[in-house]
Amino acid sequence: MSSWLGTLLLLVGAAFDLVGCIGLVRLPDVYNRLQAGTKCVTLGTCLILLGTAVLVDCPACSVKAILCLLFVLVTSPTAAHALARGAKVSGVPLWEGSVLDQWEGTADAGRDERP
Amino acid sequence: MVAAVLVVVLGSSAVLCLYRIGRGPTTPDRMVGIDILGVLVVGFVSVACIMTGRDFVINIALAWALLSFVGTLALAKHLEGKGFDE
Repeated sequence: MSSWLGTLLLLVGAAFDLVGCIGLVRLPDVYNRLQAGTKCVTLGTCLILLGTAVLVDCPACSVKAILCLLFVLVTSPTAAHALARGAKVSGVPLWEGSVLDQWEGTADAGRDERP
Repeated sequence: MVAAVLVVVLGSSAVLCLYRIGRGPTTPDRMVGIDILGVLVVGFVSVACIMTGRDFVINIALAWALLSFVGTLALAKHLEGKGFDE
């Protein structure tokens, strides 16, 4: 029973990883690529780590896999947010089909952060 | 059988990431590819932990997650034109 559950979690997680990486290649600009890649790959890797925690033999390894899951779940969106902010500050333009730019008009937009 | 499917799917995902790292028109595109590849490797190493049946391999996944996060933050700070301690 738990073997089937763990295998199913691993396969679904790998499928999410593949979909996220297809989005990383196919989408038009850096912000779209960032959100597709980050969301799908974070969920896929968390499912793979959960499947590892179910499947692996020793209890300490299960605890480590759950710790790794929580860490990835917290840090991956943080890193993506920092990357998107860095891309916007360094002046990468939005795709021409984008309809909304909420960065314009915020306090950070007028400040020139380049040294 | 399941292990072969997992290795093929995760390997092709990594190849797509490497395509974006090599091709990416701007520098932030390459950095996004590096970030995603780091998270992919964590999943790949935990699959390797099940496949090899050795207990210490999950430690590599934990350490890789930590180092990948710090590296991505350093790259993002470099994009903003700041030092890492600001």
